[in-house]
Amino acid sequence: MDAAPQTATPSAEGPIGAKAFLDQLFTAGVLTETGVDGLYGRSGDFEEVIERFEALVTRYAGADKAERIHFPPGMPRPMLEKSGYLKSFPQLAGCVHSFMGGEADHARLLQMLANGEDWTELQQATDVVLTPAACYPLYPTVAKRGPMPEGGVLFDLKSYCFRHEPSQDPARMQLFRMREYVRIGSPEEVRAFRESWLERGPELIRSLGLSCEIDLANDPFFGRAGKMLANNQRDQGLKFELLIPVANEKPTACLSFNYHQDHFGTLWGIQQADGAPAHSACVGFGLERVALALFRHHGMKVADWPQSVRAVLWG
Amino acid sequence: MRDRIRKLIAERKVVAVDVDTLTDTSDLYEAGLSSFASIQFMLALEDEFDIEFPERMLTRKTFVSIESIDRSIAELIGEQV
Repeated sequence: MDAAPQTATPSAEGPIGAKAFLDQLFTAGVLTETGVDGLYGRSGDFEEVIERFEALVTRYAGADKAERIHFPPGMPRPMLEKSGYLKSFPQLAGCVHSFMGGEADHARLLQMLANGEDWTELQQATDVVLTPAACYPLYPTVAKRGPMPEGGVLFDLKSYCFRHEPSQDPARMQLFRMREYVRIGSPEEVRAFRESWLERGPELIRSLGLSCEIDLANDPFFGRAGKMLANNQRDQGLKFELLIPVANEKPTACLSFNYHQDHFGTLWGIQQADGAPAHSACVGFGLERVALALFRHHGMKVADWPQSVRAVLWG
Repeated sequence: MRDRIRKLIAERKVVAVDVDTLTDTSDLYEAGLSSFASIQFMLALEDEFDIEFPERMLTRKTFVSIESIDRSIAELIGEQV
């Protein structure tokens, strides 16, 4: 039955602005405010949409037979240091700090807290940093296994990721989930993998009643040097994004398709079967962003979503 | 100017091969210039020639060969006069 009155769904045509959309999500209880921009509670419906979307992704990827491996949202600090992340994105990184003092320091900390002073100077960096992308802990893990088998390897990853970019755009959260498939192998193998997702991605998104387009993209590398990295990335066609109109004038990147060449293979010493540095590529799904696009276009009440969309997600 | 560029390539170990094996039009990326090394190289060139590459020049094309670097620097120095 698809008899739900369409008036139950607020108009989702045209840009309403990120802040207005965020307010709609709060009012409807889809997201819950915490007092920090980019850090929100999620409703049961929101979580269920993400679960159903992930199941759909798994159905699309099923035949690929990926090895599933999930890392926690924190990773070893030395791993991030070696990864080069701090060269490219120092502004986004998050390092976990803890209190490591004695009783006298503790008393000082409580005093500072009571006085409303900055107590965080009594914290020291731990060995843990927040994971910035689901695939970062994977590469050293694969390298440890030794040379890859003929034909390379494919992984299915998911993690909460942290990026320090507080914003009132609900599509730019500080903590969000990324589902990723990572292909490691020869240049031909990883390029074919990326091509396959450049075809499957739009098909999958359109099956959910969302319009989308694929465009060339670059990462938000830091500073002037970053401008050069970004230009290099574009010139070489290393990054594509799948864009869905959500709340802003500019559509929102919800999936990304990245070819790293042999960057991670060389950095971590991942070898192809013949000993050459491995190439890698990944497709990343911004799970919150896809869910937000669905709520924006189909309304705040999941029960009122078009039957065609519900059929794809709930089957 | 091309000699100074060559000297810098050798000193900073910008590429994986001996700088003498490179012609002025050799592709430096094919000779092993990585993305990160190209940034270090760009900053070193700015120091050496007391220039600042504008955003429009911060591309792969600018740094692809000794000749292209020479051309870009000449343009910047020309602008300063």
